[in-house]
Amino acid sequence: MAMTDATSARAEDASAAVIEAKGLNLTFETNDGPVHALKDVDLTIRKGEFVSFIGPSGCGKTTFLRTIADLESPTGGTLSVNGMTPEEARKARAYGYVFQAAGLYPWRTIEANVRLPLEIMGYTRQDQAARVREVLELVELSGFEKKFPWQLSGGMQQRASIARALAFDADILLMDEPFGALDEIVRDRLNEELLKLWARTHKTIGFVTHSIPEAVYLSTKIVVMSPRPGRITDVIQSTLPAERPLDIRDSPEFIAIAHRVREGLRAGYEDNV
Amino acid sequence: MRNRFPALGPVLVVVAVILAIWYVAVIPMNAKWEYDQAARNGRELGFGEMVALTMAQDRPVLPAPHQVVIGVYEQTVGCDAVGRRMCRATTPLTLQGFGERITASFTSNRSLIYHAGITLSATLLGFLIGTGGGILLAIGIVYNRAADASVMPWAIASQTIPIIALAPMIIVVLNSIGISGLIPKAIIAAYLSFFPVVVGMVKGLRAPDAMQLDLMKTYSAAGRDVFAKLRLPMSMPYLFASLKIGIAAALVGTIVGELPVQQGGLGVRLLSGSYYGQTIQIWAALLVAAILAAGLVGIVGMIERRVLKRMGMAA
Repeated sequence: MAMTDATSARAEDASAAVIEAKGLNLTFETNDGPVHALKDVDLTIRKGEFVSFIGPSGCGKTTFLRTIADLESPTGGTLSVNGMTPEEARKARAYGYVFQAAGLYPWRTIEANVRLPLEIMGYTRQDQAARVREVLELVELSGFEKKFPWQLSGGMQQRASIARALAFDADILLMDEPFGALDEIVRDRLNEELLKLWARTHKTIGFVTHSIPEAVYLSTKIVVMSPRPGRITDVIQSTLPAERPLDIRDSPEFIAIAHRVREGLRAGYEDNV
Repeated sequence: MRNRFPALGPVLVVVAVILAIWYVAVIPMNAKWEYDQAARNGRELGFGEMVALTMAQDRPVLPAPHQVVIGVYEQTVGCDAVGRRMCRATTPLTLQGFGERITASFTSNRSLIYHAGITLSATLLGFLIGTGGGILLAIGIVYNRAADASVMPWAIASQTIPIIALAPMIIVVLNSIGISGLIPKAIIAAYLSFFPVVVGMVKGLRAPDAMQLDLMKTYSAAGRDVFAKLRLPMSMPYLFASLKIGIAAALVGTIVGELPVQQGGLGVRLLSGSYYGQTIQIWAALLVAAILAAGLVGIVGMIERRVLKRMGMAA
């Protein structure tokens, strides 16, 4: 139970807001007029939280994650990452980003793919080798260092891309539907591993998904979003324990949270009709 | 280990069919001259006799394949190519004598090996200039909007001008500023070979998708890292496809460049052959040029396989 205490202690630390959005707006100008991808989004993510963003397509969940990563620029409101602007945070290499596709370079071995950010960030060769070994072990890919991406299954490729995002010392891990393209069995396994990894690394994780069970299983906080305009309709603080075996998904507590998420999604949908 | 020549059988069949068509075509092409000769001499010409004669003319309209092959032999290690003295010294021909003849052939200006060497050196120099220039131009086009808008139309326009019209002007202009010999021919070769490299490299350097570029952005990667670690490796398959076209184009450019210069090379052999109606000489030079082109493209292909295999992208 030591772990639960540590987790709750971290959650109670109100000063450690890692990501803070206030009145955040993002409007894309298109030929068909403005599209409100994000409207008046207020959200605080604290250190060590696992936050899922869930909602139908077009609700702005990916856009919000990309805004945190400074891959999109907000058109209004404020957003701070580690107390800096998103651009400063990106330049300070504050986060690792995992995309929907593994996006490994086909001409690099698994090892060399994981080493890519380390080379760019100027780590020493020794440090590079040690870190690559460490993170590959963390995602259980030891022994596959010399393989090329096409020699690995989709699930293993996605694990390698997570290792790549973990290789450098970023406290924040942003994941955009990383398991969306994988089958259910592989996805379950990777979810379990991701939780273990989160417990070991104490990272703050932002996780975009469109799967209710995945969001409930993984998160300490679930952000329910809805489209047109993209906005937050509910923020659910999970009451599940830190230790989560897969069969926790059959517990009444899990089902209750999943129900609340579903209600939130439905409410957002009915607003639009 | 994969069989590197999986299609040898079909290739041989195609070659056999081409040779058969060629032989059949030789008969009607050369028959008129034989009938005229026979009529002049006032005698009847049987069909069998006519066929045999069309295969052995000195200046046929269309030489038979074996005449071309013998022509290549005569013009590389034959007496005509290596000179009378060397010819006498090495007759009857031994293996050692054959080697001596080939060595002599490298420096004899009556030999196709000598002329092929001249063409090859200008081709390679031109290919290097064209490839280097093409890659630099492609980088400029990909990284600079102004270059993209201004250079590309000129590059395309440059390829619409017939090289045969442009080559003499390049040679005259360069000659007037004191540049002659290898360089003008290499520049004409480069002129033809840079274009496929530009087109291929622009496509290759732009091949990374938005996600791959976003990934680099999340690392706050410097421009040179994005180039060296993403754009350049991604462009390799495109580059090699272009190099194969480029090196063949460089050979064509060199041969065209040799026509007005008349200082050696396969182009000179082609032109002098046509001046004097030496059709076998023309065809022999063509065959050597084709062998040269096939060899060069083959070498580029071999390097391509090695490089892409090391990059884990072997096709």
